[in-house]
Amino acid sequence: MGFADAFLDMAVIARYAPSILSGMGVTLALAVLIVLAGTAAGLALACLRATGSRRLSIPIVIFADVFRALPPLALILLAYFGLPNVGVSLSSFMVLFTVLALVLAAFAEEIFWAGIAATPKGQWEAARSTGLGFRSTLLWVVLPQAARMAVAPLTNRAIAITKMTALGTVIGVPDILNQATTAVSFSGDASPLTLAALAYVAIFLPLVIASRRLERRFQWRRL
Amino acid sequence: MDALAAQFFDLSIMAAALPMVIEGLWMTLALCAVVVPMGLAGGLLVALAALSPKRWVRWPTIALIDLFRALPPLVLLIFVYSGLPFAGVRLDPFVAVAFAFLLNNAAYYGEIYRAGIESVPPGQMEAARSTGLSQAQAMAWVVLPQAVRNVLPDLVSNTVEVVKLTSLASVVSLSEMLHQADLARSVTYNASPIVLAAGIYLAILWPLVRLVGRFERRMAS
Repeated sequence: MGFADAFLDMAVIARYAPSILSGMGVTLALAVLIVLAGTAAGLALACLRATGSRRLSIPIVIFADVFRALPPLALILLAYFGLPNVGVSLSSFMVLFTVLALVLAAFAEEIFWAGIAATPKGQWEAARSTGLGFRSTLLWVVLPQAARMAVAPLTNRAIAITKMTALGTVIGVPDILNQATTAVSFSGDASPLTLAALAYVAIFLPLVIASRRLERRFQWRRL
Repeated sequence: MDALAAQFFDLSIMAAALPMVIEGLWMTLALCAVVVPMGLAGGLLVALAALSPKRWVRWPTIALIDLFRALPPLVLLIFVYSGLPFAGVRLDPFVAVAFAFLLNNAAYYGEIYRAGIESVPPGQMEAARSTGLSQAQAMAWVVLPQAVRNVLPDLVSNTVEVVKLTSLASVVSLSEMLHQADLARSVTYNASPIVLAAGIYLAILWPLVRLVGRFERRMAS
């Protein structure tokens, strides 16, 4: 069988396009939820760490380190197969969402924290001397500067982690890859994989190109 | 609490699964020993091509980098492992993983090297050329050492990602650490073997994660 027959059978592609499309819906929904929840949680943790309280910062640092060091697939298997036996039954969608949102939160916390820590001390002192409290200083003076530094690395990380939604196929989330592998086994043809690759490219290529632009714009981070 | 301990931290199950998980660890290390150097070498070639003065080299390279950064590594792996046999190319799982990850890693490492090379002022290249070094010599002995030093944190942090990525090989039944741990999990109906594997990943990767943090703080100050 030739390459074109195996990967570009138009009849197979037409037959399975609807299921790949529904997989795109699932992948997109997961991606949006993960980015929103992960970024918000990471920002909140970085702000808590900025209070300087050791009781708060030590667990936050441990959380961030552990979730940055462990392979997401290990966390997914752990949650999916382990939690039901201790009475926590989450759907595969919820497991995937929760794990990847936590992983993004860990990276986002470190990225925001790096921005907060890199803001010169004088900024804090000047803001406090004008009568702003700790919260207002953080919110109105430090975070806007930290966020600007965070944009490019956070975008890259968010793309990398939302791409990991493909791991959901292992636990049966009906995402793009899962729909495609099912279609491959039903049709006995690899064309649905081509379709899946195109679907991922359609979602992620614009983001990759946008992140390239952002990097150029915020390049001043590096000397 | 007891249920939690019994499900995730059963020491006798961990002890029973240990030989299997260690066997998987060797495979994980073997994978890393192949995938990391291939990615570093491939990335360097990709970066040099992406910075080529020739447009017909530069543009297709950048397009391929973006393509492979847009595709999830698991999709590449399944494409190579389950897709290629339909065209008559059947690869051993280890080779499939090495090939699929080369495509992904060369793109990521390539972007890091490129940023590093671009961070070296052009005067360095000009000065090196003026001393009589060829373009290639100046790149290898003057520009690259500085470039690598500038992006060392990113290279290490990407390597952490690559080591974590090897766990995907479990999906194509390569008997690396996570695969072995999950096998033990399915036999014992207990998640402790995966916790054991997670502990080993942590022991290997936590120092690297800390190292990256230290590098970054030093560069920021």
